[in-house]
Amino acid sequence: MSASCEVAFTLNGVKRELTVPAGMSTLEMLRERLGLTGTKYGCGEGECGACTILLDGVTVNACLMFAVDCDGRELMTIEGVSVSETGERLRDAFVEQGAVQCGFCTPGLMVQASHVIAHHPGADEATIRRGIEGNLCRCTGYRKIIDAIAAATKPGTNRGAQGASHA
Amino acid sequence: MTEIERYAVPRSLEEATEILREGGVTVLAGGTDLMPQTRGGRLACQPLLMNIRRVPELKGIAEDNGMVRIGALVTITELLESSLVRERLKLLWQACDHFASDQIRNVATVGGNLCNASPAGDTLVPLLALDARAVLAAKPNGTLQLRRVPVGAFFTGPGRSVRTASELLAAVEVPLPPPGFAGEFYKHGVRPALDISAISIAAGARRDGGLLRDVRIAFGAVAPTPIRAPRTEAALEGRAAEAATIEAAARVALDEVQPISDVRASDWYRRELIHNMLRRVLSHVCKL
Repeated sequence: MSASCEVAFTLNGVKRELTVPAGMSTLEMLRERLGLTGTKYGCGEGECGACTILLDGVTVNACLMFAVDCDGRELMTIEGVSVSETGERLRDAFVEQGAVQCGFCTPGLMVQASHVIAHHPGADEATIRRGIEGNLCRCTGYRKIIDAIAAATKPGTNRGAQGASHA
Repeated sequence: MTEIERYAVPRSLEEATEILREGGVTVLAGGTDLMPQTRGGRLACQPLLMNIRRVPELKGIAEDNGMVRIGALVTITELLESSLVRERLKLLWQACDHFASDQIRNVATVGGNLCNASPAGDTLVPLLALDARAVLAAKPNGTLQLRRVPVGAFFTGPGRSVRTASELLAAVEVPLPPPGFAGEFYKHGVRPALDISAISIAAGARRDGGLLRDVRIAFGAVAPTPIRAPRTEAALEGRAAEAATIEAAARVALDEVQPISDVRASDWYRRELIHNMLRRVLSHVCKL
């Protein structure tokens, strides 16, 4: 049997404590133990970015991270990002630009995009492309995703988008 | 799921090396290679998983007396954000800039890249060219001992190094290149991000008048380990920094490498890449 380990961390602003097997990935812990299924399992090898989460303020692939390594750290998943101001702007921009098709890559892309925006306010297209190079989308061809992130980098400019999406 | 009997989080190098002395340990740093390797069955996990992330002696980048010490836990992102690395170890900085993706750069460590010992490891080729050495820590008889191994003697084959099971890679030491040293890293893959090199090149030299000095050439993914290319270096050392010299050196390189064919490229294509891309890299180094 894989050793059981106690871990304590902050998840989307809430302190959590649980016991996990030493071999479990952070992605498995989030989806199967904590019920947070916004973080997706795509490739399981760090190639696709569908499982991107924030760990102590930087993005990581949850599939490549041991759950035991979360101990003492601060995690934020798409469930946390989506209710932040940046997250709301990103969501509106993704809708407005039509940046979502099947939607599987969307949570990972939004988490990664929130990180790009936080570190490069007003990022140009080259910076955005570079920022999301670890996220695969097999539907859109990226054009609309890049446009959406570019729109979301400018605070207050896509207020109309919210109205349009609710129309 | 990997069966692990014990999990340990040492808080000092003393404690970590003590745990290693017991044997049967898998070392966890960033985990970006360890997780897919153990899940994919390419690496068997030992009964004890030791997370070294809380060992303070393995962190930080510092320069002392012409030597840059890079702790084994330094991430690729930390290397990219270091002005010391960007300004003085440009070859290494460029390789980090080509490394995987943002998500992986944020956790992958230089120590993990070295210990993983892939023939195509991105930071290994510049570290070889920069004459870096690995600092290995162990506690063979109760006292902490360090041994230093040149990176050129560190790798013994794909995934293998001279590091023994009781040793922990503590740091990489990189001597600052001489003033005026200019280098360039080149990596060939089918896409810019998240690709494993078909070949990679780290080349650098200093111009002394019109002549090339302190020439260093290293190649990745053309042999069982990353390699220096002494014959190619000899074809450049002390010669005029001009097109004819570069042409001659590129032909030597073509003969010096004996790559294999695999899923990423054929041996023929790899040799063509080395020949043509070394020419390009050297023309930049020579400012032609």
